[in-house]
Amino acid sequence: MSGDHHHHHDHDHDHDHGHDHDHGHAHSPPQPDDKVHSYHQILSIALKELLIEKGVVTAAEVRSFIEKRDSITPAHGAKVVARAWVDPAYRARLLEDGNAAAAELGFPITGTKLVAVENTADTHNVVVCTLCSCYPRDLLGLPPAWYKSRAYRARVVREPRAVLREFGTDLPDDVALRVHDSTADIRFLVVPQRPGGTQDLDEEALAAIVTRDSMIGVARLEEGAH
Amino acid sequence: MRSPQDVGGLPEGPIDASHHDLTFWEKQADGLRAAVGSKGLMSSHESRRAIESLGHDAMERLTYYERWTAALSLQMVERGVLTQDEIDAKVAQVRQRLAETGDLELRPGEAEKLP
Repeated sequence: MSGDHHHHHDHDHDHDHGHDHDHGHAHSPPQPDDKVHSYHQILSIALKELLIEKGVVTAAEVRSFIEKRDSITPAHGAKVVARAWVDPAYRARLLEDGNAAAAELGFPITGTKLVAVENTADTHNVVVCTLCSCYPRDLLGLPPAWYKSRAYRARVVREPRAVLREFGTDLPDDVALRVHDSTADIRFLVVPQRPGGTQDLDEEALAAIVTRDSMIGVARLEEGAH
Repeated sequence: MRSPQDVGGLPEGPIDASHHDLTFWEKQADGLRAAVGSKGLMSSHESRRAIESLGHDAMERLTYYERWTAALSLQMVERGVLTQDEIDAKVAQVRQRLAETGDLELRPGEAEKLP
């Protein structure tokens, strides 16, 4: 199966509406432009309505989880990284206990252990979930489509340098590359190297240059790119 | 034999790194899964186990959130939270309602999947 084949199966292109109006009430019909196209969409609506009728969940709870998910962006992870860059004591705490360090900045992580792995001059880290899509969602939001793709999951553990090159990251041969395979219990955050030429930036400005891909580890932050 | 999800190290082609926003229904499915999980009724381990039980062709047959939804349905039945008969009846009811309001435009092949 080619990556392209998989791509078409992982995403529905024929009803691609990114806006997020609220028609999440149990019995409200979708908006006119949100037609239901598949059996599993019907199944999802049916499950939601049954679980609400049985009192297992409420519509408000489902909505609040969607809103919470929408509110988490890679900017949260970037704040953690920037703090680690400017505050050596925080950096040490982050590497020691990721959950506690994230909570310090107002990003509680429940149910999973957060392990921060730091890139250095001689070691680079990259993260995958070969089995599915485990990801530090509490710091980076939902994983990008490629992170969930069969091609990335299959290849990054076998030929990580080639995969990084596809993302435009040419890692020198003398830099060790560590691939971290996530689990349901352990999530990884890559702390990228602080690029040169950023000594005059304050913490907020530093956070603004930290990209999602650099915190997954498929990219490095280049000097002068900010 | 590898489980269906266990793809690490297998040969694969190029990675499509293009960006896709989640559709409305995918966000709903994600939120529903999270809400059920918050009740202790579906851990990440249970989710993965349920997805694996969908079979070796599920990766090809179903999209990401279709697998999640099928796994949630399976898990609710196995947990005794819902019965398959209840789910089938509700699916039929929702389908009829959507058809009546003009909100149903099933893609080719989808109607055949309905119970």
